[in-house]
Amino acid sequence: MARRIWDHPILDFERGEPLKLIFEGREITAYPGESVAAALVAEGVDILGWSKLRGRPRGFFCGIGKCSSCLMVVDGIPNTRTCVTPVSPGMRVSRQRGPPPIPDVVPEFDLEREEVDLAILGGGPAGLSAAIAAADLGASVLLVDENFRPGGQLIKQTHKFFGSRENYAGVRGIEIARRLLSEVGGLGARWVLRSSAVADYPTGSGHRIVVRRPGGATLVDARAVIVGTGASENMLAFPNNDLPGVYGAGGLQTLMNVFGVLPGERALVIGAGNVGLIVAYQLLQAGARVEAVVEIMPRIGGYFVHAAKIRRMGVPILLRHTISRVLGRERVEGAEVVAVDDSWRAVEGSERTFDVDMVVLAVGLTPSVRIPAQAGADMIYVPQLGGHVPVHTPRLLTTLDGMYVAGDSSGIEEATTAMLEGRIAGAAAASDLGYAPDRAERVISEAQRQLESFRSGPFSSRVLEGKEMVWEKAREVIG
Amino acid sequence: MSEPGVMPEDVLGGLLPPDRAAERHPVAVIECHEEIPCDTCRWVCPVGAVIKPSITTPPRVDWDRCTGCGTCLMSCPGLAIFMVRLRGEWADVYVPYEFSPLPRRGEVVAALDRMGEKIAEAEVVLSVRSRDGTGMVAVRVPREAAHVVRAVRAGGSR
Ligand SMILES: Cc1cc2nc3c(=O)[nH]c(=O)nc-3n(C[C@H](O)[C@H](O)[C@H](O)COP(=O)(O)OP(=O)(O)OC[C@H]3O[C@@H](n4cnc5c(N)ncnc54)[C@H](O)[C@@H]3O)c2cc1C
Ligand code: SF4
Ligand code: SF4
Ligand code: FES
Repeated sequence: MARRIWDHPILDFERGEPLKLIFEGREITAYPGESVAAALVAEGVDILGWSKLRGRPRGFFCGIGKCSSCLMVVDGIPNTRTCVTPVSPGMRVSRQRGPPPIPDVVPEFDLEREEVDLAILGGGPAGLSAAIAAADLGASVLLVDENFRPGGQLIKQTHKFFGSRENYAGVRGIEIARRLLSEVGGLGARWVLRSSAVADYPTGSGHRIVVRRPGGATLVDARAVIVGTGASENMLAFPNNDLPGVYGAGGLQTLMNVFGVLPGERALVIGAGNVGLIVAYQLLQAGARVEAVVEIMPRIGGYFVHAAKIRRMGVPILLRHTISRVLGRERVEGAEVVAVDDSWRAVEGSERTFDVDMVVLAVGLTPSVRIPAQAGADMIYVPQLGGHVPVHTPRLLTTLDGMYVAGDSSGIEEATTAMLEGRIAGAAAASDLGYAPDRAERVISEAQRQLESFRSGPFSSRVLEGKEMVWEKAREVIG
Repeated sequence: MSEPGVMPEDVLGGLLPPDRAAERHPVAVIECHEEIPCDTCRWVCPVGAVIKPSITTPPRVDWDRCTGCGTCLMSCPGLAIFMVRLRGEWADVYVPYEFSPLPRRGEVVAALDRMGEKIAEAEVVLSVRSRDGTGMVAVRVPREAAHVVRAVRAGGSR
């Protein structure tokens, strides 16, 4: 099955020597650096398992370890999230049916301890910028990321970013990730990858963070912590929304742009916000057809310029339409779209069937806030920010001493604002720990000025409204 | 209601260069009219021909200054900048291009309008790719199509 992309206008997929996985007794080709799930999809394996109760097929969905659609048995260990597990030669992989089997191996488990000034949970644009700011001011920094490739969402953003010159305007997301990662490396911040922060316990003088990693766990004693865990993609309710071939927009981007795998030929994209419009364009670049972008609202939510670049390649944008169901038994074989009326009800007789093998959901993101919620930070529900977020000040301090939040986990926005918030949170944490407070305050006020200017347009008014609510609440609680 | 992603005629009128400017050499045509937070075109222009008082003010071109160098066209993250050069009966339309392969000079491609409809078969008169991967392709089309053609499709792609 020829699903690997070799010729791409922007990306060079430099694949090393192929290696073999053993998938249910047969050999499957994979390349170093691929995730297990991406390698399977590349080789035509769309069904990664079956749901426990009803035995429905499950496929690749989010690609970043957040949806559990890709749980498989890897080298005897069940419930392994194969989208964030790198391949290795001879690895044995099989699918789960019903309750997962008891492991036939006893996993090693060792407990390690780390001490650091500042622990940063999540190595996306927010976490990386926080690390750079704090390390530059003299704090020792440990970055924790559950992926084996750091950089968060940036590593799949092949398009150039908007913004101002100081904030990488006109530079592709993948290149921004490269620059931030090399800066972090240069400042001597330490990394632990493939490691999920699962709990945070405030100790009075700091935070004890439990980090789950392959082979065991690490207890991190940090004087302060920054949460930059990003977001997870929203689902949409329609029949067969769980079939393999229905992808989250970020999940599909991960397949196409990180691993160079295009899992189909014809796509339907749901949602005409910036994410949907961009992913439609990236599908065209990867060599797919995009039959339509479907949007339930009477207007597109994303920028005109992103819509224009797919329109002029002939992609229709259907406003006031939505997906009513996906067709197929084992994987997506088509999709039905309907028009909606003023009260969002399907217009009878308006059904249209599209012959597609990929349905891409770009219907919003929800902040990933499990850690601050579990640790006991005050949370607030703000629809403008995508859901529950930790109450925080303009310096990104939560209601817990020494816990800061930045980027999508403080409210869904974009990568540029995630970088600016990360810089503010990193500098604030360093300053509050006593590192170069004068210089830190200058970093903070400059980043706040840039953030304000970035948010000055009409597209940011909703986010600003949400942030005002959060800041107001923080004033009440923290003073 | 106007077509989503297609510049409304009344707005477009205000964005197009006067013929006299486009007759001397190519000039930039910026089709970006929303207040989005971006000012790449302003700072990349080597001669200060992009007027943009704040990061969220839509850009305008000073056509007396623009030299038609193409820098903004290849840098714009919105792929919203084109160039047009009028040549008697003909016009050269320069568009950003980020598909693979890049059509070569002399190749005949489909010239598309803002909705992807094919307007003409057109010869590629210039084709370059910048270091960051964005290409610039110019096609020669009938003069009437100077402000209609805004994309090209090469070979059998798509
Ligand atoms: C499809 C798509 C397209 C987008 N396009 C654009 C765009 O064009 N321009 C733009 O500005 N923005 C864009 N965005 C938004 C932008 O990518 C995000 O706003 C930005 O990446 C947020 O940065 P972040 O650092 O907060 O989170 P992320 O980039 O999501 O990074 C979070 C990191 O935390 C890690 N993590 C999560 N939980 C844990 C845990 N418990 N333990 C350890 N690590 C954890 C993850 O592995 C990840 O690396 C897009 C987003 C999507 C999904
Ligand atoms: S084409 Fe060159 S001179 Fe003209 S506006 Fe663009 S960058 Fe400036
Ligand atoms: S660089 Fe492009 S997207 Fe940005 S303001 Fe200029 S024309 Fe608009
Ligand atoms: S957790 Fe692996 S695809 Fe979502």
